[in-house]
Amino acid sequence: MIARAPLAAVVLALALGAAVPARAERLIVSVSNHRVTVTPNYSGEELVLFGSVERDAATPATRTGYDLVVTVSGPRADMVTRRKERRLGIWINTDSRQFLQVPAYLALFSNRPFDAIASPEVTRRQQLGLNNVLLTQRVGPDYADVVPNDPFRSAFVRLRTQHGLYREETSAVTFLTPTLFRTGIPLPGEVPIGTYDVEIKLFADGALVTKTETAFEIVKVGFEQFVANAARNNGFVYGLVTAFMALMTGWMASIVFRKD
Amino acid sequence: MQLYLPIADLPVNVFLILAMGAAVGFVSGMFGIGGGFLMTPLLIFVGISPAVAVASVSSHIAASSFSGALSYWRRRAIDPALAMVLLCGGTVGTALGVWTFTLLRSLGQLDLLIALSYVILLSTVGALMFWEGLRAIMRTRRGVAPLARRSGSHGWIHGLPLKMRFKRSKIYLSVIPVVVVGLIIGFIGAVMGIGGGFILIPIMIYLLRVPTSTVIGTSMVLTLVTMVIATMLHAVTNHLVDAVLALILMVGGVTGAQFGARAGQKIRGEHLRLLLGLLILAVGIRFAVELGIRPDELFTVRETGGAG
Repeated sequence: MIARAPLAAVVLALALGAAVPARAERLIVSVSNHRVTVTPNYSGEELVLFGSVERDAATPATRTGYDLVVTVSGPRADMVTRRKERRLGIWINTDSRQFLQVPAYLALFSNRPFDAIASPEVTRRQQLGLNNVLLTQRVGPDYADVVPNDPFRSAFVRLRTQHGLYREETSAVTFLTPTLFRTGIPLPGEVPIGTYDVEIKLFADGALVTKTETAFEIVKVGFEQFVANAARNNGFVYGLVTAFMALMTGWMASIVFRKD
Repeated sequence: MQLYLPIADLPVNVFLILAMGAAVGFVSGMFGIGGGFLMTPLLIFVGISPAVAVASVSSHIAASSFSGALSYWRRRAIDPALAMVLLCGGTVGTALGVWTFTLLRSLGQLDLLIALSYVILLSTVGALMFWEGLRAIMRTRRGVAPLARRSGSHGWIHGLPLKMRFKRSKIYLSVIPVVVVGLIIGFIGAVMGIGGGFILIPIMIYLLRVPTSTVIGTSMVLTLVTMVIATMLHAVTNHLVDAVLALILMVGGVTGAQFGARAGQKIRGEHLRLLLGLLILAVGIRFAVELGIRPDELFTVRETGGAG
């Protein structure tokens, strides 16, 4: 036992030492579409992220088993999670917890379970898995994340997952060859508009080897964008037009269906 | 066919929404009401957030009441003076309603308020209407002539000052209760996303003694104006009116209303009231049950801004 501990430390130091300065591996990635447009018939889409691990002379020849974790995080927003309780015989919202600048969409994909990729210490530090991703909350006077089994945090993650907005799939990344990989990024119909950051982390022997980033954006185009912008920026005109539209529809109906 | 709603931010099936609009339009044409109290819960049921539903339905009701008001206007079944006085209260009430709506939304209690007011209002009005319709049917079964109106009841309303003559309705009435009624209906309408016709018409008939010849047309004018104002205010303050959703509802609604009106003419008045009472009561009870039983999901998540 006593002899084995220093040995492990040496192996770890070697692994880290080999990876960091030499940049032995390089990740080259791309998503199938960098600009997803939300059109009137938009009802969800799936992007494909593909890439390869480039090895060079500095790469230790013995290192072959790679692990990949892909984190897709959408535009950030403040959210509030409320809990209902029974008061005077009815169920009403009582307690609430504020989540500050958390991703509106969050997806974590990997080629095998996170705990098999790295040690608990590494998975926590690298924010691997929905349980380890930092979700800042206002807890009393503090801003902090809480333990994964906190009722508000777990309810928040569960509800977002039900809507397909948070997801964690530990078998989504597939290696086509030992260095060529792909994964799908499913985007549900109610996906928020904005910029999506994709972070790809390469692990080998339980340690982070290298990482790279890419991004794509989801935009409303044409009529959808026009309506949404008008509603937000020119509320008065938008209201007038909507009211006018209502009157016109009513008037048309009274003409079309006129009985006398 | 799926269509993406730009404000509600979710895709919906156009035919489902169109069918809902037509079904509610049918009911509203049949009973001569706006149908908001059915439309708003239905929209919430298909996944549209209560706030967007309430705001968008107000423009839908504006459309259906405008087509109704036009045909009543042609038949000279609208009392302009009475409508103007009602509107004095209605405008203020609507503004207060939208303000309350915004405030409660920020406190996270909007859904509760909407549900509670549905329970209280719909159960009460529905039960009263059902009871009234039932009694009328029993009276005709027994062959007893309907009771004549007891003159002199509600004397206190007719004793109020600031009396005014409403020529077309042929009534002489204080403006105070009229303004108050307008205020309450405007407030309720803006908060709950309903036109309020199903409450306003009984109040006008039984409390203000407005003759049946002008009551529906005049109430439609109040509904029309309060709902146009509500649409404007919801659009300006909360940015929640989904014009695409509203348009689909309107088209379905005005079409359904025409068929509903024809069906309504074939049913006897007291049966109609009984049916309407049952319908309103059913919606009220549904909301009550939802409040009373333990929900499957105790938690809700809502965005509070800061997106970007």
